[in-house]
Amino acid sequence: MTFVNALIQGIMLGGFYALLACGLSLLFGVMRIINLAHGALAVLGAFLAWAVVDKTGLSPFIALAPILAIMFGVGYALQRGMLERSIRAGELIPLLTTFGLAIVIENVLLATFSPDVRSLGGTAGIVTTMSWRVTRQVSISALGVLILVVAVAVLGGLHLFLTRTRYGRAMRATAQDADTAELVGINSRAVYARAAGIATATAGLAGVFLAIRAVVGPLSGPAQLIFAFEAVVIGGFGSLWGTLVGGLILGVAQTMGALINPQYTNLAGHLVFLAVIAFRSGGILAGREANA
Amino acid sequence: MSLLVVDDLDVRHGLLQAVRKVSFEVGEGETVALVGANGAGKTTLLRAIAGSHKPAGGRIMFEGADITGASAHRRVHAGVALVPEGRRLFPELTVEENLMVAGEVRRSGPWNIDTVMEAFPILKPLRKKRAANLSGGEQQANAIGRALMTNPRLLLLDEVSLGLAPVAVEGVYRSLHTLIGGGSTIILVEQDLSRALKVATRIICMLEGRLVLEGPVDRLARREITEAYFGLGRARLQEVEA
Repeated sequence: MTFVNALIQGIMLGGFYALLACGLSLLFGVMRIINLAHGALAVLGAFLAWAVVDKTGLSPFIALAPILAIMFGVGYALQRGMLERSIRAGELIPLLTTFGLAIVIENVLLATFSPDVRSLGGTAGIVTTMSWRVTRQVSISALGVLILVVAVAVLGGLHLFLTRTRYGRAMRATAQDADTAELVGINSRAVYARAAGIATATAGLAGVFLAIRAVVGPLSGPAQLIFAFEAVVIGGFGSLWGTLVGGLILGVAQTMGALINPQYTNLAGHLVFLAVIAFRSGGILAGREANA
Repeated sequence: MSLLVVDDLDVRHGLLQAVRKVSFEVGEGETVALVGANGAGKTTLLRAIAGSHKPAGGRIMFEGADITGASAHRRVHAGVALVPEGRRLFPELTVEENLMVAGEVRRSGPWNIDTVMEAFPILKPLRKKRAANLSGGEQQANAIGRALMTNPRLLLLDEVSLGLAPVAVEGVYRSLHTLIGGGSTIILVEQDLSRALKVATRIICMLEGRLVLEGPVDRLARREITEAYFGLGRARLQEVEA
């Protein structure tokens, strides 16, 4: 029964990782860049939400609306002001610039909010404490279910956006061949900026949920980046459904590791990640889905 | 007034100057064949007109407006469409989606998915197929259809028959005849000289980046074009000088 419990908790934790990773996956899928500031941007979203909740007393779920809009704007501006130039400078430059951006964000947060960790858990209402006890050893938390549902909704929504809307089609076309996309009238710079905006908004969303389910400090970004990165690699880079699967596998691996020994939580996740790299470098869904 | 004016155009690939001081005009309704040997600069010239390659010097005017500095997508909105060499379809998009992305330009005109399907009937059963899984001829039809979806006033066709089976080439040219008959303005790059002479109203011949011969098809002798094509005229001149 503890095994079943670990599996269920792992799936819910995996939902969080998938939510955290989808922006990273989207940016890579569309622009072929790995955004090392993704974790820091998630933490930035969490702190912005904390500031809004602290000032206004609103529920973090309501504060999400302006936060998502702001984070979209941040991503859009980052693309136009910084990433666009660094992509032109060569393949490795975006890694350096986003790494630098992460450091800048961390230090701005440190200077503004102090190194204290914060949580939105106390302000999020009943969802953080509610749970369903299935058996004596298996219980399902409402927050875990909520995050999993949000993750599936965001990934599904992104999938529908990419396949069913004109902006999504333009994004896929640009991802496949930006030069030719221009030749059919697509403004590839605007498409890239929209993609960066969406990716950053989902990072902010994941950051707010991180702050609701746990605590965040200004330096929480890198650890989150690693989990997001592992979820993306396990699922296969650039594939959104792969990212969902990758997140779930990572979550389950961690809770299963914790079952053996709580110290093995992260280790188990890393081992699965390394195993995927060693034996199936294209990701679990390799060859099944060619693009996002 | 000419639809397109290319004035003293220089285009470089790094140190290599692919197009040198090229000037010509294209009037509304003309079909111009751009001919020349491999490496003469034809593709580069078309790409510069379409905006995917920024020229190093000179001017490009379209409908009287200077578009030299305009980005490629703006030129599409203005009415210039290029069918690039090698088709360059979006491989993971379906035939229909390839057409749809271009249709978002929303210029008014006769072309939409239905009229493209009428003009290229081979595409009809392939609507939901990924472009990567098409044959060369099907891809070319899809690529031309995609360019038409933007309802261009000037259609640039780069090597439409390259790498296609002879049957497929026939099919593509049959559809082109309909376009030309419909009064579209076209610049086409074609390796096959006799085919170019059949469809074009005017010939522009390039050699090593320069425009070496230009004129209406009915007033140029075939030998004259062949000589310009291979640069024989100049070789003979050099012989005489020597």
